[in-house]
Amino acid sequence: MRLGDRVTTYDEERLGDLLSALPPAPEAWIRAAQEIPQAKQGVDEIVERAETDEDFRRQVVADPEGALEEAEVVAHSFTVEMLRRRLGK
Amino acid sequence: MDTDAVEAMGLHVHLTDGELVARCRTGEPAAWNELVERFSRYVYAICVQAFKLPEHDAEDVFQEVFTRAYEHLDKLRDDNAIRPWLAQLTRRLCIDRLRSGAHEQPEDVIDPMGADETLARLDDAIAVHEALAILPDNCQDILDRFFARDESYRMIGEALDLPAGTIASRISRCLAKLRLQMEEMPPLDRREIG
Repeated sequence: MRLGDRVTTYDEERLGDLLSALPPAPEAWIRAAQEIPQAKQGVDEIVERAETDEDFRRQVVADPEGALEEAEVVAHSFTVEMLRRRLGK
Repeated sequence: MDTDAVEAMGLHVHLTDGELVARCRTGEPAAWNELVERFSRYVYAICVQAFKLPEHDAEDVFQEVFTRAYEHLDKLRDDNAIRPWLAQLTRRLCIDRLRSGAHEQPEDVIDPMGADETLARLDDAIAVHEALAILPDNCQDILDRFFARDESYRMIGEALDLPAGTIASRISRCLAKLRLQMEEMPPLDRREIG
């Protein structure tokens, strides 16, 4: 039985059940995900500078959250992870 | 409102998934916002319903999914396949997250029984939400508030400025419209999603 076939045979109770299956994600999560392009740009700038400035690189490795905040990027765990990945740490 | 004006306002809601991905690739901020908005419920539901991640783990996986999606958009072989691609990525990251916290947990904790069934149910739910998006705004709003946001009749009545006594009948009428809409739509595997 195909997916669409399954759905079209359902009654209104089943439709209500399926509508309930997709509640909205928390607003703050959505906003943070929408800011990923800006976060990536901030990370790119930090990595670019770290590639030519060893002291700065050490500083970023020691305190990635601080480096992100200085670059005006919110230090969510995923942006810290993105930065660590890019620095190979 | 003409198409240019709509797009200038950043509204890409009528684009197919493939068209939306193509716009994202050109760096359009509004397109990325819409992509996140469009798939946020799906990714969230996979994390918390199929894999039952606690809220803080679900948030990490949610952000990781969209981060990787943004970084790897260029590598997507078929732009229209963004939804199954996101589902696969979310599933993999959920399992990684459970493994990293589970150590010696039995395998059924890492890949919970019923996850596949839940994922199939979520795909059905996506189809219903796509049909919902075609209904008039008032029906979209009331059904989403009642079923997906779990709002009471009183809350809905206050938000939409409707007498609470009419909410149940409105929901019933809108559900009937939704059912008709579902019957008119081709099966999911024979149409372009988005």
